[in-house]
Amino acid sequence: MLKTFKIGGVHPAENKLSAHKAVEQLPLPKTATIMVAQHIGAPSKVIVQRGDEVKVGQIIAQSAGFVSTNIHSSVSGKVMKIDTVVDSSGYKKNAIVINVVGDEWDESIDRSTELVTDTDLDAKAITDKILAAGIVGLGGATFPTHVKLSPPPGMKAEVLLINGVECEPYLTADHRLMLEKGDELMVGTKILMKALNVNRAAIGIENNKPDAIKHLKELAKKYEGIEICPLKVQYPQGGEKQLIKAVIGREVPSGALPIAVGAVVNNVGTALATYEAIIKNKPLIERIVTVTGKSVANPSNFMVRIGTPTSQLIEAAGGLPDDTAKIISGGPMMGKAVSNIEVPVTKGTSGILIIKEEEGHRKPMQNCIRCGRCVSVCPMGLEPFLLMTLSEKNTWDKSEEERVMDCIECGSCSYTCPANRPLLDHIRYGKMTVGGIIRTRK
Amino acid sequence: MSASLIYTIITISSIGITAAVILYFTARKFYVYEDPRIDDVEEALPAANCGGCGFAGCRAFAEAIVKDNSLDNKFCPVGGNDTMKSVANIMGLVAEQKAPRTAVVRCNGTCEHRPKTNQFEGATTCAIMSMSYGGDTACSYGCLGCGDCTTVCDFDAIHMNPETGLPEVDDDKCVACGACVDACPKSLIELRKQMPKHRKIYISCRNEDKGGPAKKACSVACIGCGKCEKECKFEAITIANNLAFIDSDKCKLCRKCAPVCPTNAIQELNFPPRKVKPVVEETTKEA
Amino acid sequence: MSKLLTITPSPHMHQGDSVNKIMYSVIFALLPALIWSFIVFGLSAVAVTLTAVVACIVIEWVIQKFLIKGEPTIKDGTAILTGILLAMNVPASLPIWIIFIGALVAIGVGKMSFGGLGQNVFNPALVGRVFLLISFPVQMTSWPNVSKTLVDATTQATPLAIVKEGIKNGTPISDLMAEIPKYTELLMGNMSGSVGEVSAILLLVGLVYMLLKKIITWHIPFTVLGTIFVFGGILWLVNPDQFVDPVFHLLTGGAMLGAIFMATDMVTSPMSKKGQIIFSIGIGLITVSIRTWGSYPEGISFAILIMNAFTPLINNYVKPKRFGETK
Repeated sequence: MLKTFKIGGVHPAENKLSAHKAVEQLPLPKTATIMVAQHIGAPSKVIVQRGDEVKVGQIIAQSAGFVSTNIHSSVSGKVMKIDTVVDSSGYKKNAIVINVVGDEWDESIDRSTELVTDTDLDAKAITDKILAAGIVGLGGATFPTHVKLSPPPGMKAEVLLINGVECEPYLTADHRLMLEKGDELMVGTKILMKALNVNRAAIGIENNKPDAIKHLKELAKKYEGIEICPLKVQYPQGGEKQLIKAVIGREVPSGALPIAVGAVVNNVGTALATYEAIIKNKPLIERIVTVTGKSVANPSNFMVRIGTPTSQLIEAAGGLPDDTAKIISGGPMMGKAVSNIEVPVTKGTSGILIIKEEEGHRKPMQNCIRCGRCVSVCPMGLEPFLLMTLSEKNTWDKSEEERVMDCIECGSCSYTCPANRPLLDHIRYGKMTVGGIIRTRK
Repeated sequence: MSASLIYTIITISSIGITAAVILYFTARKFYVYEDPRIDDVEEALPAANCGGCGFAGCRAFAEAIVKDNSLDNKFCPVGGNDTMKSVANIMGLVAEQKAPRTAVVRCNGTCEHRPKTNQFEGATTCAIMSMSYGGDTACSYGCLGCGDCTTVCDFDAIHMNPETGLPEVDDDKCVACGACVDACPKSLIELRKQMPKHRKIYISCRNEDKGGPAKKACSVACIGCGKCEKECKFEAITIANNLAFIDSDKCKLCRKCAPVCPTNAIQELNFPPRKVKPVVEETTKEA
Repeated sequence: MSKLLTITPSPHMHQGDSVNKIMYSVIFALLPALIWSFIVFGLSAVAVTLTAVVACIVIEWVIQKFLIKGEPTIKDGTAILTGILLAMNVPASLPIWIIFIGALVAIGVGKMSFGGLGQNVFNPALVGRVFLLISFPVQMTSWPNVSKTLVDATTQATPLAIVKEGIKNGTPISDLMAEIPKYTELLMGNMSGSVGEVSAILLLVGLVYMLLKKIITWHIPFTVLGTIFVFGGILWLVNPDQFVDPVFHLLTGGAMLGAIFMATDMVTSPMSKKGQIIFSIGIGLITVSIRTWGSYPEGISFAILIMNAFTPLINNYVKPKRFGETK
């Protein structure tokens, strides 16, 4: 029996259309739009000015607080403007727009592909360098990695979990990364283990990627302390708490961080970025993005510079099909439908998914028939139907009692509801409001 | 036969008496002293329980007044000055006179003025829509049109106009309780001083973008050009964040500002039609 | 681009099931047993079923259109399902006008007065059935005689009624058992009873279909039947002369129909698995109690209605196991 998490879960059609496509380097954009807030926490402080010349890898916005990180220029050229641009949600956010000229890298970056397997930096130096390189969780949540590597006082990490689950349908960025950059991933994992001072790490991979499991199992023989953990395919296994439950069988208590059960979870992409930052001195300036969808001519995986407009990615994958209803940044379960096609790639963009007209619309909502499916699929053991009703009626204290804050917004409830009720929409609103109430109470 | 009847009467009566005694002592035991003035004040209030005063209903408001023994920062918008006067009489205090107010919706982004750029699907409440998206037009400040303000109104005073997709306030019914002001996630609704004959003149826009993008998103957006500010003789108009604002407490309803606005962002309601022609020509030229 | 991009909050996928699909699948699962009863009871069963279904649809449409003034909800199939279930719960010989009243109560009182689909507290078909049982006790307990797939003109008591009457008169169980068909016959459906409850095996076929299609889970039907079996078995072990054996309980009356199709009604059963098990145990216990000690020979309809009333309470107090909760 393969391991998996125990409560709830769904199994949407996988549709991993681009799983066999090797990662291609996408050409540089003409202008790169680098958002100032690309991570959870305080937006970075811009330190360049209009007209400044920048190189690839140069810091252009500095960390502003503990939960924040640096942002580097992903291209070389001239800063055209520092202004607000429309982000995926339609709100205007600050961004640095750079006119690309050539491709001149900062001298300190080692651009060779030679594998180096060890570093002589100590734990503190590794964490500092990760902050300096602007590394955030690349699974989509974009939580600054150096924060995860600094456990609060009195807590000690016991095991490092590397998330290679990629439970979102369609996406294959992590899958390709594990196949193509296996050694770098392993060294990155060793570095993260050193930073956390743990001697055990496990890479969780869902069973629908047998080639990646086989490849990494082979490699793991060379690296002491890293085990490969194949997992049964079930959404949302890539959720931090679900992964911990699946791999080491511990449940993170309500409201607590994974460190409470001695675990730290990082994405495979983060492990690779760590390798590149520590060994090659390369900050986080590019990432793998899957461009896919049933109507896409050529579903692909691209290595993309941060700040490249979405339209360029779609063009490279065969252009935007005519019957497109939605463009989603991320996966179909948790990704965000973008409001315009020029939205730039950020550190958290794991995929661009194009949805056809016939699949791109919600069906009309019907009355709740109390079938209880939302309850049985909720991976957090919540009652989505109840939380939605409480949210509609603005009864926030009861919502809090019913643990609305535990919701991980995986969308399993809305996915499964036969009456097409927008459960997660209301729960998310409840979560936001209750979160606000809790903050004012403190 | 008669014996059983008597027994029945005795049993029922004794149960009744016992219950009465128990009730009497429980009532004594759990008696809570309450200031009789609370009831009097509550009586004087309109019993709308709308929460417009900031308290959870009329009873809570009455309790707060009696407890604090003052009327500072306490005002019943539904009853207005008359109600507050009678409350003040009960309490032996002096009520502060306030000008009555009505709500206005500061957005004129009809489908015509503000073309849609996206199609939104999902739970159709403004709160949820604004949480995930800026809206389905290029203006992320304007009305979302899902009608959260209409659902919270206890007085049937605000309705969506199906033609424009915007809410409209019924001046005769609006009591300025402020429920819609709190419900609007875009803060479009403002309580303004009630003018004679419900005349209103206000900037019907909340767009804080720079002039270019604002105008592109919506043809009647305020672009913060400052022409109205210069025109106003009473210093009622101020410009901040690319957006003009007319202070209803200072405005004298002279109507000089509206014709100079290049985007027609200044809304005039319930005024007689204008007579002076040259001004109109000037407006069209500027626009 | 000429077309506007759609924006919606996540998730952007749906598994494709809908209320309509679920309801029509349940109707499909009912068909084998229904068709068998048409064969056994002939045209009268067809007439009863058709009347019930048409009446339910028409009544729902009228109420939706003229009283509630909402969107018509006929297409979702729930009215048809209620009609079929109501028909399956009455004798085939029931006069048409009585079944019409049943449909009126089922849809009008049982469903629409609560606000329509999903809002009702009690299973509408059972509300209709119990109303008829109390209002028209004679017609509702005169079952056409079934003798080897041919309907006799005379009426015959159901096995449960025979046993109930016998025990009251002090006849030993072993003598009574001789009067009723063998268990294999009961399983196949050669007994008298309501339209839909005669063939246990075909109802089980429906159950297997619904389990495979994942419309329902095993929790409710298996727990109800298990509880009836265990509780009936305990009584039987205590005194086999006084109480019938548990297999008899399972095969007779509406036990199968109730456990598989009535108790599993999504709207009126609890949401969580734990709650569903409590709900089902309650149904099993009440059913056997009514059959053994009550004045009616059959009690599963009452049992389900009683537990329906407890459903909101169960939903309120029985919570699913939360993630990260220590036991």
